[in-house]
Order: sequence, then C-alpha cells, then structure tokens
Amino acid sequence: MLEIRSLSKSFGGVKATDNVTLDFADGSLTAVIGPNGAGKSTFFNLITGALKPDSGQILLNGVDLAGRTPPEIVRYGIGRAFQVASIFPSLTVHETMLAAVCADQRRASVLHRRFPLAETRDRAEHAMELLGLVSKRNRVAATLSHGDQKLLDIALALVLDPKVLLLDEPTAGMGTEERWRMIDKVRELWEKQKITVVFIEHDMDIVFKIAPEIVVLCYGRILATGTPEAIRRNEAVIEAYLGSEHHAGAAI
Amino acid sequence: MTELQAEQAAAVPQPEAGLQRSRYFDVLIALAAFAVLAILPMLTGSKALLDFVIRCSAFGLFATSLNLLVGYTGLVSFGHGMFFGLGAYGFGLIMQRTGVPVPVAFVATLVITTIIAAVIGAICVRLKEIYFAFVTLAFQMLIHSTILSWVSLTGGDQGLRGGIPRPAFFGIDLSNHVHLYIASCALLVIGLLLMRQIAQSPFGYTLRMIRDNANRASFVGIDVWRAKLTIFVLAALFASTGGIIMALFVSGAYPEFAYWTISGEGIFINMLGGVTTFLGPMVGTVLLLILNDTVTRLTEYYGIVLGIVILFFAIGLRKGLMDFVVEWYTQRRNGPVE
Repeated sequence: MLEIRSLSKSFGGVKATDNVTLDFADGSLTAVIGPNGAGKSTFFNLITGALKPDSGQILLNGVDLAGRTPPEIVRYGIGRAFQVASIFPSLTVHETMLAAVCADQRRASVLHRRFPLAETRDRAEHAMELLGLVSKRNRVAATLSHGDQKLLDIALALVLDPKVLLLDEPTAGMGTEERWRMIDKVRELWEKQKITVVFIEHDMDIVFKIAPEIVVLCYGRILATGTPEAIRRNEAVIEAYLGSEHHAGAAI
Repeated sequence: MTELQAEQAAAVPQPEAGLQRSRYFDVLIALAAFAVLAILPMLTGSKALLDFVIRCSAFGLFATSLNLLVGYTGLVSFGHGMFFGLGAYGFGLIMQRTGVPVPVAFVATLVITTIIAAVIGAICVRLKEIYFAFVTLAFQMLIHSTILSWVSLTGGDQGLRGGIPRPAFFGIDLSNHVHLYIASCALLVIGLLLMRQIAQSPFGYTLRMIRDNANRASFVGIDVWRAKLTIFVLAALFASTGGIIMALFVSGAYPEFAYWTISGEGIFINMLGGVTTFLGPMVGTVLLLILNDTVTRLTEYYGIVLGIVILFFAIGLRKGLMDFVVEWYTQRRNGPVE
C-alpha cells in the first residue's frame, strides 16, 4: 500500500504540490490527470525522490520514503518510467536489462567477474518478453523507434521487480494507433504482474476506458478522486477541466 | 531523438561487440604481447627502442586510465596528470628518504595515491561536466605549485635530483636497463589486463550507464557518486603506476611530471587513439611518442605540428584512429551501410 500524507512542495511562491493526501491500494491501476502545470510530474518526482518534499509523508507499506534519494526509493520498490524515454543510448536492449538486474542485485560494483553475470540472465529475459523486446535484444538503444524506446524505458523500471510502477505519460508523442497498443501493454503488464500502477495520461478516451481509479490534479491540489463514472459526473472536474463536451458524452 | 541522430548512432560501431569473449582470451593476448616485448632486447641492441617502449608503458598506463574516466564514465578530467606526478614524486621520495625495498615503496606510493585521490575525488565527482574539468585542473595546479614551493622536500623547480636508488629485489635489478625494460613491460601488461577487467566487469557497465544517462542510472538504484569516486581512485592508481615507471626510467622526478600539460597530453593521446576501444589510448600513446620523437628532431615548432595532427583527427576524421579503424572494419564486414 502506497500512502501519501499531506505532501507539499513549492517552487518560489508556487505550490506545485499542495497538501496532497492519497492512497494507492496494492494491485490498483490509477490514472492521474489534470491540465498542463497541474503538478502531475512534480507529484511523481516527489514520490521517486527526484525532488525533496517540503513536508508530508510517502509511506510504502508503512515505511516513510519522503526525502530519501532515488536509488534508495528504487530499492524499496518504487520504479518509474519517464515522459521522454530515459534510456542508455549506447547500450543494447539486452545489455540494458542485464546491467539493471545487476544493479538491483547489488552487484553494480562487482569488479572481479565479467559482464554479463549468469544469475541476471533469466530476469533480463523475462522483462524483454513482457515488453515484447526480445527480437530487438541486440539493437543499440539509440537506434530503436520512439515507441520501442518508451517500452525499453518501462522495461528498465519493470526489470527491477517494483511493487509500485509510476509511468509518466507512457503514450507521449505517439500516434493514435500506437497509443492504444501502448496502453493495452500497460494494462496487460498490470494484470500479469499484479503490481500497483500509477500513470499520467492526457488522452481522456484512454483514461476513461482503462483506468479503474482516477485522480484529478489541479494547481497542485486534488480536485477529485474516484471511478471513471464518478469523475465524469463530478461538477468541479467538469468545470475545471473536462468541459461540456465530455459531460454531454457522459450523459448519453 | 530525431531520425538523423538515430542514424548516426546506428553508424557508430558497438564498442562492446566483443563482450562475450572470455577473460582467458584477454590473458592470452596479454601473454603473447608480453612475450614479443620480452624477446625484443635479444633481437635488437637498440637502447633507444627499449627506452621508447618504457616511455610507452608509462604514458600508456596513464592514458588508458584516463580513458576509464573519459571514455567509459564520461568524466573529462583535466587534472589526471596530477596522479602521474604524484606517483613519480611519491615513489622517488620514499626510495630516496627511507631506503625501503622497491616493492614496498611501490605499494606505499599506491596507498598514498589512494588517499589523496579519494579526497580530491570526493570533492570533484559531484560536479557537472565543465566544473569537474576545471576543478580537477585546479587541483593539478595546486599539487604542481606545492611541488615547486616545498623546496626542502621536493627540490622545487630542480626536481628530485641525485638519482633514485634502485636496490635489487627478488633478483630484479632495476638499475640494469634490460631489467627495467622487462619490469616496465610487465607493469604495462598487468595494468592493461586489470583495466580491461574493470571495463568488462559489471562495474564497467555501471560506468557506461552513468556516462550515457546518470539520472536514469540513479533510478535503477545506482549510487552514482560512489561509482564515480571509485573509478576516479582506481584510474588514479594506474596513472600513479605510470608515474612510478617514469621516475624509475629517468631516475628522478621533475615538476613537469605534475604540470597540467601532462593532463593535456593524456587528452591528446585519447583524441589521437580514440576512446571507444579499450586499446585506443595505447595506440594513441605510441602515435604521440613517435610524433614527439620525430618532429622534435626535424623542427623546433613541435607544438604547431602536433596541433595540426590533432586538428586532422578532431575535424578531419572526427574521431581517434582506433575508432576509425573499428568503424571501417565493421562496415566492411556488414557490407555498406544503406
């Protein structure tokens, strides 16, 4: 269980995250939506340690992770993928996976053996299978298509066996068809791995179709949380964000 | 990433193409290389050639260790030469002042290097690119001026004079030219093998991750600061060993060994030889020393000639010699790139 307690972060006078309290149940799939500048990415950056919160708690199974460094938080089991695919351009897909497993097994400083280590092979293989990257294993990451780079980024988070997986706009920069393929993949991963998945998404069609839980952020605050139906009907959300079009759609 | 960038990346050969090769293969190559070097004195009476190989050993270790920082970790140090100087002075001083056996002085010098590199590294590796480069350079200048001003210990601008005593140990007499030659070759081959092992170990791949994307590496659970500090100290040890060979060779130590131009030469060597292959810096060392020896014989405008050569590699080839060779070979093997 991931519990966020009164989490706040300001930049200058701007409250990017304002007293956010939220629970993510184990094995839940949650979409975080909100207009540009709503503080969605900041929220992720706080949870993963990229930013230090001004106040509040981030409890993963009761352990407070607020203020810890990214490597520590990753070790506690919160993995993340980035809005712009964040990969290792000169490594192949396979090397990327093997090196990440190595780090997860605390073997990143091993000097006396040769890379790759035999005990990292199975997990690397498994992650590549999950993301459908097996046929591209020997491709250098920089030469992959945009979509495959996003998949590799997610694989990089997933190969660490996280309890919670945070995906910052997994469909960013993709065409309509590719978006749906990606989001089906995300849903499939969630079902197979039985982990907690939280993702940021702009496409409302996608959000309402696949996310059982939705969190709406606006100006760093939680505007609403709930099921797609509840969010669709929520007056505040409609006013601030969705507009009448979706409301009309929901009414039908 | 644009398509063009992806294309360019595709054209770059995989430096890690041979990663599956076992370490026994490396040992085999090292032994063969050592055997060739070891029989050289029997084939030729040329003292100049042996001297050349000794200098190649000193600078080769130094330049290859710099590539662990520049090529593998993305840490461009402009002050790596300080550890070369530290090795030369540390070893020379210990031998002159204490009279301990050579191996003891060797180990003691490496211990001192470890301590100083750990302190300097702890301050430097937190800094980003250009700041890292400049602060390492600043430390180099600090060590250089310390050597110049602490006359009672270091002899100031005169250097360590009076020769470094080289008592025989285990039947090895380093004041014998051939013995010194063999010992230098052995240190070079062992040093290269160890660095090769570092480069191909899991830690070596941790370094590549940091070079490619340090931020992502930290989200994979890697303590970036610790990894950078570790390689900074390890690289310093090999640079220091190069300095020790140099001190043995000239039987002294001079402030130039710790001057920033040594660091500059290290960078030159890496640009000449290339940073994407392990042996690139070694090839660069041989090239630079040949250039140095021939050009200084022909003209006093050594700097101009060297500058033109560097420009040729940097602007003409846009890479070092070994990068170029490997790329050419890969393209030939895989057929022309469409």
